[in-house]
Amino acid sequence: MADAVSIEHEASHPALQHHFENMEQQREAGALGMWVFLVTELMFFGGMFLAYTLYRTKFPADFASASNHLDLTLGAVNTVVLILSSLTMALAVYSVQVGKRRNQILCLVITIVLGLTFLGIKAVEYRDKYEDSLIPGQLIPGRPYNPAVQEHGTPFDKHKLHLLPGATVKHVEMFYWIYFAMTGMHALHMIIGVGLLSVILFFSWRGRYGPEYHNPVEISGLYWHFVDIVWIFLFPLLYLLGRHLEHM
Amino acid sequence: MSEHIVSLRVYLTIFLALMAGTALTVFAGLQDFPGQLNVIIALTIAVVKATLVVLYFMHVRYSSRLIWVIVTSALFWLVILFALTFSDYWTRCWFGTPC
Repeated sequence: MADAVSIEHEASHPALQHHFENMEQQREAGALGMWVFLVTELMFFGGMFLAYTLYRTKFPADFASASNHLDLTLGAVNTVVLILSSLTMALAVYSVQVGKRRNQILCLVITIVLGLTFLGIKAVEYRDKYEDSLIPGQLIPGRPYNPAVQEHGTPFDKHKLHLLPGATVKHVEMFYWIYFAMTGMHALHMIIGVGLLSVILFFSWRGRYGPEYHNPVEISGLYWHFVDIVWIFLFPLLYLLGRHLEHM
Repeated sequence: MSEHIVSLRVYLTIFLALMAGTALTVFAGLQDFPGQLNVIIALTIAVVKATLVVLYFMHVRYSSRLIWVIVTSALFWLVILFALTFSDYWTRCWFGTPC
């Protein structure tokens, strides 16, 4: 008889899983699980940041030269786009917490659009690197790594590599391996994030989430903010590391 | 412990701080500071921005102690990853060994 009583939850929410005591415990467990996953993600990206740091200390002039060839404007615009998308994601969570479904859907749509904008700008940057033959190794058939180098005293050409003293084309390639590995993995996470948010948007539109139950919105938001944080580090480390040496 | 709802004003303030940080990091990146100061400034700004995102956008400031433990453990393991690797790389030339 005691068992029969304990199985009954007091006025339980339909979204409450039977193995949780109450909605609060379920919410906390969901957030905790996402955080544990994000720790493994941090270690994953951490390995690449470690590789970056090692090779940057080994080839400082080469890394600075390669970094200066990246498009600073597009990188900065993408940083703004991503931070803005983090704000709208946070506002989507806020809207669902206070029960404003229309705002919640609007914020999710804006977040997805900003995410796609980021990916579009990234694609433009990748195309520029392709045209300058800067994609490392033989990754692209028929377009091996073979950048043109700016000769001293010739007119400025933005499609040519400007090598700082001590830099070589061979070592610049190392920067581009790391650049494509890091921004590529980051872009993959953005694609997964956009996919996640599309699912969340679908269920939001169906009215599944409200002030009582919004775990999936919240933990998708955690993932989105994490991807934003990775970019907050990638932007200065990849785009800004040698700008101050440009006129030397 | 019930869920804490972060106010709109806090979200907007943090957003403006992140924008200011982005502008500052671009500006600082174009200046020629002595020694390794450029990278130190860039990383300091990035760490401050990331901390703001974690504390406010990701609600860690209002979360339970257990979430704090998880977040701190992430930093702890990241420090191990970097410290142990560099204790190798940066000491290879110390005693006249080939490096």
